[in-house]
Formats: sequence, structure tokens, C-alpha cells
Amino acid sequence: MNFKLLPLQVVKYALISGFFAFLFACASDGSRKDKEPDLSVEFDQDVLDDLTRVKQIFYALPSPLETAMLIKSSGASFNEELLNPVENATNYVTNKSMALNLGIYTTDLSYASLFDQTQATIKYMATAKRLAEGLGVLDAIDNNTLQRLEDNVNNRDVIMDIISETFMNSSSFLKENDREAVAAVLLVGGWLEGLYIALNLVDEKNLDKNKLVDRIIDQKLSLDVVMMLLDDNIDNSDVASVKTDMLKIKEIFDQVKVTTSDLEVVKDSEVTTLKAETKSKLTIDIFRKLKKTVSEIRTNYIS
Amino acid sequence: MKKIFFFIIIAGSLALLPLSLYGQCKSFANKICKAELTPYIHDGNFHAAILSVGEEAELYKTFYSGQEYRIAICGSDMMPNIEFRVYDNNRKLVYTNRDDNYKRTWDFTLDASQQLKIWVKVLDPGEKKTELMSGCVAIMFGFKNK
Repeated sequence: MNFKLLPLQVVKYALISGFFAFLFACASDGSRKDKEPDLSVEFDQDVLDDLTRVKQIFYALPSPLETAMLIKSSGASFNEELLNPVENATNYVTNKSMALNLGIYTTDLSYASLFDQTQATIKYMATAKRLAEGLGVLDAIDNNTLQRLEDNVNNRDVIMDIISETFMNSSSFLKENDREAVAAVLLVGGWLEGLYIALNLVDEKNLDKNKLVDRIIDQKLSLDVVMMLLDDNIDNSDVASVKTDMLKIKEIFDQVKVTTSDLEVVKDSEVTTLKAETKSKLTIDIFRKLKKTVSEIRTNYIS
Repeated sequence: MKKIFFFIIIAGSLALLPLSLYGQCKSFANKICKAELTPYIHDGNFHAAILSVGEEAELYKTFYSGQEYRIAICGSDMMPNIEFRVYDNNRKLVYTNRDDNYKRTWDFTLDASQQLKIWVKVLDPGEKKTELMSGCVAIMFGFKNK
């Protein structure tokens, strides 16, 4: 927007609205937590008319928590050797490596917590905190969070709530501060770690009728969203280099044939069922290529 | 001098406006919209925008077979109705809350994993001009712990 073109009247109203919005934002996060916030801001119609109609587009990857849930619900087991060792955290000094590994550690943390690995959960949360601070993400994970985690270490629902909240705080802080590209890299790091863990938990002698293999094939769909998310931030050099890596994975997923019948919507209870049949096949050759490529990219990211 | 001071105040306030609005949006999503997901578990993702009447937003996400999901689309109570629609990959309409009195949530499960598009629009309130014409709209997802 060219501010020189704004009439003084409009600028005046924007100033007043902005000032009160700012004052309100400060109050709503501070001492008035008992009151339900009124979060809609009333703009003057002149200002509204002046603004361009914007159509927002979002790309949602499976969060680390959802990824861990998908691994667990497929009947997989826990293997601590697959996690990125916490000692590596000191190696990450660039924005790109910190963002990627914050995503990676958050997936490791989610995976450990869903399998009731209490010590690993605490250890990985503390490591995620260190990386979040390195990225300048303020208050996403504070000492209070760690204490809450330790106090509720045997209550999986509370742990999941804490993880979802800290992940939301980290990614939203980055978006809030015009660091969408860093947020995108973080999300892709978390997604890649989930794929790495799943690929390494599969017994390759048992690829057919294997729920975990089905979940890996499903990532072909999520990879489309990964590419859209990266394309949306492609001007950023870190995003561009991550996209080059993701293209290597896409090349392999493109060889996996998946056919899905038309959706039928069935509402026979409060929960609607989207019925469809899907056929897919992951050959041993493609599986090995995928596992090798994902491992190489992940090794590059964590070293 | 007064003019310079006035200009700095204007520029500062304009720069802070999106920050403060986004901060309010996050607070709204965390306190109000997240509660709509109960008893589902919030996945941790957060998508929100300040939308005005007639403005639209879209979101693309893969949903996985066998999982139970809840989509929550929330705006302030004082805003006009918000319509949301869910489309499959072939652009077939799967759900609209227009048929459900503009309900904020929709629960569903899938036999086969799908990439779905969620389309959101703040509707024209018509005669009800007292309502707010702009505000935070949050899109959040929950799943069941299986």
C-alpha cells in the first residue's frame, strides 16, 4: 500500500484504530486474563473501503503431534535410536538449521510422549526450548512449560496439550513477526522427521497390508501440500534449498501409484464418514529408494 | 517538530496494527476456538486471518484414513455468519455449514486419506448493521487419540 495516497482522514482513523487495537492487545495478554477478550476490532468503514480485498491461502502440514499419532495408531513401536540426539542441538547456529531441527525435535518429542517415554519427553522439550530461544521465539516454551510437563509426566492428555500449545506458539510467533519462511522450514523439518521414523520402523519383508506402509504412501498427498507451502515462500534462500531436497523425495513418490474412487458422503451419526476406496502399491525398490533419500536428507539436516 | 512527532506516531501505529491484530487473533484462537475442539485434541496448527465481510480464505490439508477429525471455524460472536465449505480433490462439495445453521464445527472420518480444501467466507449480514464487519477468523483442527 502506498501511504502517500491515503487521505489524511483515513490515516487519522487508522491511527486511532491501531492505537486502541495495540492498547487492547497489551491488556488482553496481561492482567485481565479472567475476562473473555473481545477480539474483533471495529474499523471505520472508510478505512475498510480503502483496503484491498485479500484472499488468504493456508497450507496445513500434519503437525508433529498428528504425525506421531499416525505412527502410533498404525501399531508401530518406539525406538529411541531413531531420534536426533539432543547433544546435536549445539551444532545448530543458522536460522535454517535451527528451524529444521526445532521441527525435528518437536516430532521426536511428540513420538516419545505418545509412547510414554517420560525422560525422553522432558529431555526433548528442554532441547526444543533451547532451539526456540535460538530462533528468537519468545515465551513459546518457558520454564513454566517445563515444570508443567514434569508435574504431569504421567498424564498423556496434558502432555499432548502442552506439546500442541508450544508448537502453536512457536509457529504463530514466527508468522506474527513476518518470518513465514522460517515457520515453513520448521513445519517441513517436523514432517520429514515423521517420514524418517516411519520408514525406519517398517520391516521391509512385510510391505503388503502394513498400516505403517499405508501411512508412508499417504505422505505422497502431504508432500503436495509441502511443495505448495514452500512455493509460497520460495523467495527465501533457505526455503529454496529445502525445496530442492523435497523435489528428490517427490521424484520417488511420483513412482508410487495411488488410485482413489470418488468420495461418497455418509451422515448416519454426528460424525460424517467420507467413504472411498483406495488402491496403492509400494514396491521394495521404491521403498528402499525412498528410505535412502529421506535418510540422506535428514542426516544432512541434523549434522 | 509537531508534524514530525505526529508522523512518527502515525507510522508507528500503522506498523503495529497488523502485529496487534494478529496477537489478538492468536489469543482468540487459543482461548475461544480451541475450546470448540473439545473432546478432540488440538493438533497444534494455527491458521487465522483478519477477514472483512465478503472476504474469503482457503486452506489445504491432508486428512488420514481411520482418524476422527473435527474442524472448527471461529469468528467473534459479534461478526456476521461465517460460511465454511469442504471440497475434495475433484472440487466436489463435501460439506457446507450453511446446511447446519452455520455451525462452527464439523466432525468427520475418512475411509481413504484425502487432500481436502476448506473454504471460508464472512457473509454479508444484510439488515443487521450493528454487527462487526471485520474480525479474526481462525481455522483449527482436532483429532481423537486412538
